[in-house]
Amino acid sequence: MNSIFAKRRARLLAMKAMRDNYVPPEKRITCPRCGKETQRRDLAENLLVCPGCGYHWPLGAYHRLSTVLDSGSFRELNGKYPAGDPLFFPGYKAKLASTQRKTGLTEAVVTATGTIGGYRCVVGVLDSRFFMGSMSAAVGEKITLAIEYAARSRLPLILFSASGGARMQEGILSLMQMAKTSAALSRFSEKGLFYLSVLTDPTTGGVTASFASLGDIILAEPGALIGFAGPRVIEQTIGQTLPEGFQRAEFQEAHGFVDAVVPRHEMRPTLIQLLRLHGKGEHP
Amino acid sequence: MNPTLTAAERVAIARHPQRPNITDYLSLLFTDFFQCRGDRLCGEDAAILGGVALFHGRPVTVIGTRKGRTAEENLQCNFGMPGPEGYRKALRLMRQAEKFRRPVITFIDTAGAYPGLEAEARGQGEAIARNLFEMSRLTVPVVSIITGEGNSGGALALGVANRVFMLENAVYAILSPEGFSSILWKDAARSKEACDLMRLTAPDLLSLGVIDGIIPEPEGGAHLAPVIAARQVERCLARCLSELSRERGSALAAQRYQKFRKMGGAAPKEDV
Repeated sequence: MNSIFAKRRARLLAMKAMRDNYVPPEKRITCPRCGKETQRRDLAENLLVCPGCGYHWPLGAYHRLSTVLDSGSFRELNGKYPAGDPLFFPGYKAKLASTQRKTGLTEAVVTATGTIGGYRCVVGVLDSRFFMGSMSAAVGEKITLAIEYAARSRLPLILFSASGGARMQEGILSLMQMAKTSAALSRFSEKGLFYLSVLTDPTTGGVTASFASLGDIILAEPGALIGFAGPRVIEQTIGQTLPEGFQRAEFQEAHGFVDAVVPRHEMRPTLIQLLRLHGKGEHP
Repeated sequence: MNPTLTAAERVAIARHPQRPNITDYLSLLFTDFFQCRGDRLCGEDAAILGGVALFHGRPVTVIGTRKGRTAEENLQCNFGMPGPEGYRKALRLMRQAEKFRRPVITFIDTAGAYPGLEAEARGQGEAIARNLFEMSRLTVPVVSIITGEGNSGGALALGVANRVFMLENAVYAILSPEGFSSILWKDAARSKEACDLMRLTAPDLLSLGVIDGIIPEPEGGAHLAPVIAARQVERCLARCLSELSRERGSALAAQRYQKFRKMGGAAPKEDV
C-alpha cells in the first residue's frame, strides 16, 4: 500500500518538476554568461548548470525539490494556501491570476516535508518566476507554518531563498512578514532544532534581512547575488559602479556571511552530510 | 486630530526638518541620559543614538534613529540611515536592557537602512535579521514610537515591540513613496500617487492592525509645538509602561510573538 502512494508522490513531483523546467522552449540554449550553446535535454540532465562555465540557471520550486528530495518522499504542506490582496491594490489580483496560470504555482513559495538521504525534514523553496520570489503575506504565512510544523514535529528545516525582497503590492504587510518569520525561527531555534538556509540567485531585500540570514548553517549557490540593497540602488546612492563580483556568493563567503558555496551537483550530498551532522547519530 | 490631510501632506510633515526628533524627546521626557557608543565589533554608527536614561525616575534603555538637524549633523548621522554597526549596537543595548531588567523604548525616524558599499560588505541584511530574531524574544517591555518616517527593514529592525505607536502625522511603509513608484512604475515622479496607494498613514496602519495606537499632534504638526507633542508622547509612554511592567518576562515575549504572528495571516494554532 505504502509503496503505491510513494510511487504516486514520485510521479506527482516529477510531473510538477517537468512543468517547472525553467529553460525556454528553444532547442538550443545559450548561456548568458559564456555564450555556449547547449541542447536543452543535456542542460536539464546537468541540473540546469552550463557545462561550459558552470553558470547556474534559476530552478523552479518543484524542480528544485525533485533534485534534493528522495524519490517518493515529497508531501506538500499548505499547497492550497491562497494568495491574497490585503491592500486591494489596483491591478494586483489580475496579475496574480495570470502569474498563477503561467507558472502553475499558487504563490512564490512551495513548502513540503520529505526525506533527504533518509533524513526526514521540512523544505521550503522560493520561486523567482512568481513576482520575483517576493515576500507577500501568503509567502510569509506559508514559511511560518512550515517553521511551526518543523518545530512541532522536531524536524530539521531547510529553506532555499530566491527573492527580490518585498512584495510592493502588499506594502507594510509584506514588511511585517520579516518580523513574523524571524520570530518563528527564534522559537524554532530555542527548541534546539537545526535550520539550514540555502541562498540562490538572487537573494535580496527583506528576505536577506530576515529568514535567509538566520540559518545555523548558510550555504549559497555559485555566483548567486546576495545582499540587502540591490546593486542598482547602491550605484545610484554612492554614484559609482560596483566592483566585479560584489555581493556574489563568493564575496559573501569571503566576508563571513556564508559557510560554503556549494555547486548544484554537490547540493544533495552536502545536505545529507549536514543533516547527519545535526542528527543524534542515527543511520536512517 | 486632523483627518483632512492627504497621505502626501503627512509625508511632508513627517519629513519636516524642524520636526521633534529623538534628541528633543530625550531632553523633554528623560533625565540623566548616558549615551552608549559602539557595537563592540568594529564601529560606532551615529545614525542610531542609544543609551540609558530615567523616565519618571525609572531606568530605561532608549534607542532611536537620528537624522540630525544641521547640515553638519546630517552628514555625521548619514541622514538617519543606519549601517550594520548601528543595528548591532542597538541589539547590544537591548540585551543589556534585558540583563538589567530595563524596559526598552525605541524612537523611529528613518528613510531606511543605508544602501551603501561598506554597509553591504559588513552584512546589513544579517544585522537587521538578527535584530528581528532577538527582539522577538526579549523578556522586558519594548515600546516603539514612530515619530517621523519609518521606512523598510531599517525601521522594523527597531520596531518589533509589545506596543507600536505612531505620531498622528508619522508614516510607516515598506519603503519611501519615491522608491515605491520607481520600483513599481519605473518613475519616481509618481510618488504622490504612490502615497495614496501605500496605506502608510497612522489611521491606515491602525486599521490594518500594524500599530496599537496614534499619538495626537498639535494642529499643523508636531514641529509647531514640540513641547505639547512631547507631553502627548510622555502620557502614552507612561500609561503603556505601567501596563507592561505588570507582566512577567515570558508573557511579554509571548505577547510580542503573537502580535507579529497574526500579521497578514490566519491565527496560529497553539504550539505543542
